[in-house]
Amino acid sequence: MIEVKNITKTYGSGEAIFQALKGVTFTIEDGEFVSIMGPSGSGKSTVMHILGCLDTPTGGSYMLNGKDVSKLSDDELAGIRCREVGFVFQQFNLLPRTSVLRNVMIPMVYAEVPKEERAARARLALEAAGLEEKFYGRFTNQLSGGQIQRVAIARSLVNEPVLILADEPTGNLDTKTGEIVLGTFQRLHEKSGKTIVIITHEQEVAEHAERIIYIRDGMVAEDSRKHVRRRPKYTHTL
Amino acid sequence: MKTEDIFWEVYTALSANKVRSSLTILGIVIGISSVIAMVSIGTGASNTISSSIESLGSNLIQISPGAQRMQGFGASAGRGGAKTLTNDDADAIATEVLNIEAVASQVSGRYQVTAKGTNTNTTVNGVTSNYPEVRNLEVAEGSFISDTQNSSASKVAVLGPTTRDDLFGEGAEGTVGQSVRISGMEFKVIGVTVAKGGTGFQNQDDIIFIPARSAQRYLSGDEYLTTIGVQASIPEAMTQVQADITALLLARHNLSDTAQADFSVFNQNDILSTASSVTSTLTYLLAAIGGISLLVGGIGIMNMMLTTVTERTKEIGLRKAIGAKKKDISAQFLAEAVALTLIGGIIGIALGWVISYIVNLTGVVATSVSLTSIILAFGVSAITGIVFGYYPARRAASLNPIEALRYE
Repeated sequence: MIEVKNITKTYGSGEAIFQALKGVTFTIEDGEFVSIMGPSGSGKSTVMHILGCLDTPTGGSYMLNGKDVSKLSDDELAGIRCREVGFVFQQFNLLPRTSVLRNVMIPMVYAEVPKEERAARARLALEAAGLEEKFYGRFTNQLSGGQIQRVAIARSLVNEPVLILADEPTGNLDTKTGEIVLGTFQRLHEKSGKTIVIITHEQEVAEHAERIIYIRDGMVAEDSRKHVRRRPKYTHTL
Repeated sequence: MKTEDIFWEVYTALSANKVRSSLTILGIVIGISSVIAMVSIGTGASNTISSSIESLGSNLIQISPGAQRMQGFGASAGRGGAKTLTNDDADAIATEVLNIEAVASQVSGRYQVTAKGTNTNTTVNGVTSNYPEVRNLEVAEGSFISDTQNSSASKVAVLGPTTRDDLFGEGAEGTVGQSVRISGMEFKVIGVTVAKGGTGFQNQDDIIFIPARSAQRYLSGDEYLTTIGVQASIPEAMTQVQADITALLLARHNLSDTAQADFSVFNQNDILSTASSVTSTLTYLLAAIGGISLLVGGIGIMNMMLTTVTERTKEIGLRKAIGAKKKDISAQFLAEAVALTLIGGIIGIALGWVISYIVNLTGVVATSVSLTSIILAFGVSAITGIVFGYYPARRAASLNPIEALRYE
């Protein structure tokens, strides 16, 4: 479960101070499929960095799976990213000159998973992400954009994280390929009940999720659910 | 991150940039091999010089005619040039100076020598019977010159093995009893010496020994000596013997102080210590030249690693985002730098060995590659990798993952 309470983030100091987040609060239950939406400059990237433990908030608290991760050191955050968060980025997702299988195995290298287990787990993840087996040995520069994103999804799954965080995963793809990638997320969500958070500025992309949190000017502007599952639909504004 | 994972990363990274990696390694190869080769040449030269000085004889003091010029090699240029030492001087030293084991007078010159139609130009040394004792010489075949043969100025000769080979053919036997002509006069061969080995600047085996009196009477035609070799009885007495000889000869030559001396007295230990200080300076100099190229190679590594870190900023960002800790990143880049230097170090040691071997084959210097210089070079190459890889690795490790991923 993700509990974000009154998170603030300021950059710079003195005259040049800039408040990117002005108190963001929301809760994401296990197994939810959420989009975080907002125009550029809204602070959604900052939210994503904090959710992904790439950065720490200036104020407020962030509980990930019952653990307060808002005041950890760089290396402790790296440990959390390694085991609790799976990332899918917009671009530069994979290591060049490296095979698909090896790319998926890298998070396990940092998690110090025994070598014998790695290949099998990587194959399972690639299967779950829907990449055909003939691509496993290929170098990543021989793949199409859609395939690259599916390898990235497989990599994000491989350490069985609490949260899969996708930052504009379809930003570099055409609509059709984008649909396929989003379909992969949906399937993962439905089949294995993974908690998935997609950060996007496109309404159509956000629509694939069950719940959309709108961020505007560093605050949650709207929180809407498509399908009511656990709680009645409500709108949260600060 | 486990060691084998680091190896994998290093292998992938280095093989991805084969040309750049090879050129960087080449820098280290040149550095390490020049250190190895230079030090081996220096050590070899130093060994050669020491052993050739030592083979002259032990506790040896040598008196040469001519003004004393300087310590060490410079003075030998004047040897034999002037005629100031006589048989009487040698006798006086033998009777008046204490702590002396033997005095060997010597008259040297180069003459044309022929035998059975072959001929050679070699050093002819007129010596006394105690020469073998003073100069560490042994007779392989026949006998050496006796006191009687010397006092009667007999026409007898003892050949050095090289001269024997030149005159009678390689390894010829039964030379004793045959005769050779030195400067047109016939001398009977009475012995052949044991090879001393060709060391340093001259071949000590390309020589003919004849009695000193015979040399004076038949070859030089006067009463002068070119060298008097004096063997002190104990090493501790060398300084005293040297001083006594100087005083005695000054008195005999009616000279008031050493500045006017018409002879020079060398103590073998002085020559040895001067020579070894010269050669060790030479070795340091050569090692320093090698060290500079190693430093340049190390900077090459740092340059490559910094370029690599900049080039791979996004990769570092991605690795950090998916869970790499600082130490994982720094270990990876440090290992790359150390791998480059170690590969370079191994190839460099091999190349340095080959260079030293080739130099050895040319026969100029008998080089020797010591284990110490290999360990040193290997250690230095590893340290070079760590030192020059540390800064780029730390820079990579301290990158912020968010900024690194956005880096264009």
